Amino acid sequence: MISFKHVHKRYPGGYEALKNVSFDVAEGEMVFLTGHSGAGKSTLFKLIAAIERPTNGNVLVNKQNLNALKPRALPFLRRNLGIIFQDHKLLFDRNVFDNVMLPLQIGGFDYREIHKRVRAALDKVGLLSREKSNPIALSGGEQQRLCIARAIVNRPSILLADEPTGNLDAEYTHEIMAIFKSFHQVGVTLLISTHDEAVLQNSDVRVLALKHGELQA
Amino acid sequence: MFASPLAGFFNILVIGITLSLPVGMYVLLQNAQGLVAQLSSTPQISLYLQMDASEDDVAKLRTQLEQHRDVASNEFVPRLKALEQLKQSSGLSDVISGLEKNPLPDAFIIHPKLSEAQTLEKLRNDLAKLPKVEIAQLDAAWAYKLEALLKFGRMIVIILTSLLSLALIAITFNTIRLQILTQHDEIEVAKLIGATNSFIRRPFLYFGLTQGLLGGITAWLITTISLMLLNHQLVTLSQLYASQFVLRSLTTGDSLTLLMFSMYLGWLGAWLSVGRHLSKIDLQ
Repeated sequence: MISFKHVHKRYPGGYEALKNVSFDVAEGEMVFLTGHSGAGKSTLFKLIAAIERPTNGNVLVNKQNLNALKPRALPFLRRNLGIIFQDHKLLFDRNVFDNVMLPLQIGGFDYREIHKRVRAALDKVGLLSREKSNPIALSGGEQQRLCIARAIVNRPSILLADEPTGNLDAEYTHEIMAIFKSFHQVGVTLLISTHDEAVLQNSDVRVLALKHGELQA
Repeated sequence: MFASPLAGFFNILVIGITLSLPVGMYVLLQNAQGLVAQLSSTPQISLYLQMDASEDDVAKLRTQLEQHRDVASNEFVPRLKALEQLKQSSGLSDVISGLEKNPLPDAFIIHPKLSEAQTLEKLRNDLAKLPKVEIAQLDAAWAYKLEALLKFGRMIVIILTSLLSLALIAITFNTIRLQILTQHDEIEVAKLIGATNSFIRRPFLYFGLTQGLLGGITAWLITTISLMLLNHQLVTLSQLYASQFVLRSLTTGDSLTLLMFSMYLGWLGAWLSVGRHLSKIDLQ
């Protein structure tokens, strides 16, 4: 589903974020990505979402080589991805419902379908009662769950989560991991970056470890 | 979509006022044009005879005119009839009735065969030399001058329209630029979750179109209301001169052109602005 082949990423100025990274994530697999901050986790996510291009090597998503992808086709690639951003990227000028609605508006769904799906997604993360609230009024854990709802409302086949439990206490972390596991059970491919030792120890999930831009064996 | 309703209102007002300037001038020119067309459909030469011209002199002159190769037809206006006409058309009947004797001479109205300004001038000189002719006057001369003046006015309207159109495009360009800045986050998120460029561009283009339309409607209202006010004053003025002259407002066609044009300008400004500023939004 996601495949990196000898990927290098060098930023302007010479900083090398990724060095010769190769791995595969199979369809329906759940994989953790670990590493200290600055190890290249966010860069790796940006390459999958085609926000950045690799300096060398190939990135394949859904069997499509992103190097060969035309800019015109890019939005349609991203609609297949659900991305949970480290900094949430929620819009504070609209309520919870409208935040979750955005991917469906972009996808051109009709009004009734949008209502049905948004409510289902909010129900899934336990925020249905807060649909009229402004995201600024939500707690950190709730904002994180809102972010998840927006990422899954479009029913993507791949879910990318960049530090989804970064600033959360143990209870919230447990809650959110449980939500991810339920997606895994219905066949969604998940790639989750974390540096939370507790999360890694309590699961039997494959772990990709990055160190200074290199993948550890 | 508007950052604040007040700012949006002022924007539309600026567009309306800017547009109403050339539109108002255009309307006034159209009216002047109509007036000229009414007054001088064909050029003619008036021959005013000397006051002591007898009926024999008139008959002789008529024969000469009929034989002249540049004269298409002529019409004799006796001095009594001229006075009568003056009473009816000028609104000065009281003044004229008070006159002791008729001050008007006999006259011929000549319709020339040709209408070029130079030929007419030559013909006028010829006719002025005929016996018993006091003055030969080329009636169309002032009309030609007026028409030249109107051409000048039209050129001013064209220049004004071009300049103010650029100003309108600049206004929309800047408004959209500010909106893109304020909606930076929304645009970024939309791009990240798979919005196409046209999806992002669309609301801005609609905004430019709507702002242009509302500005056009404002300009139309300004012009129409101003003309109504002017006409109100003009009625009093023209009654004093016993004539009926009203300024005609924009025709339906003109109005539609105005609205289409202002919509187009708004759209163009938005299109340029979106093209320029949207690509500058980088994904983080």
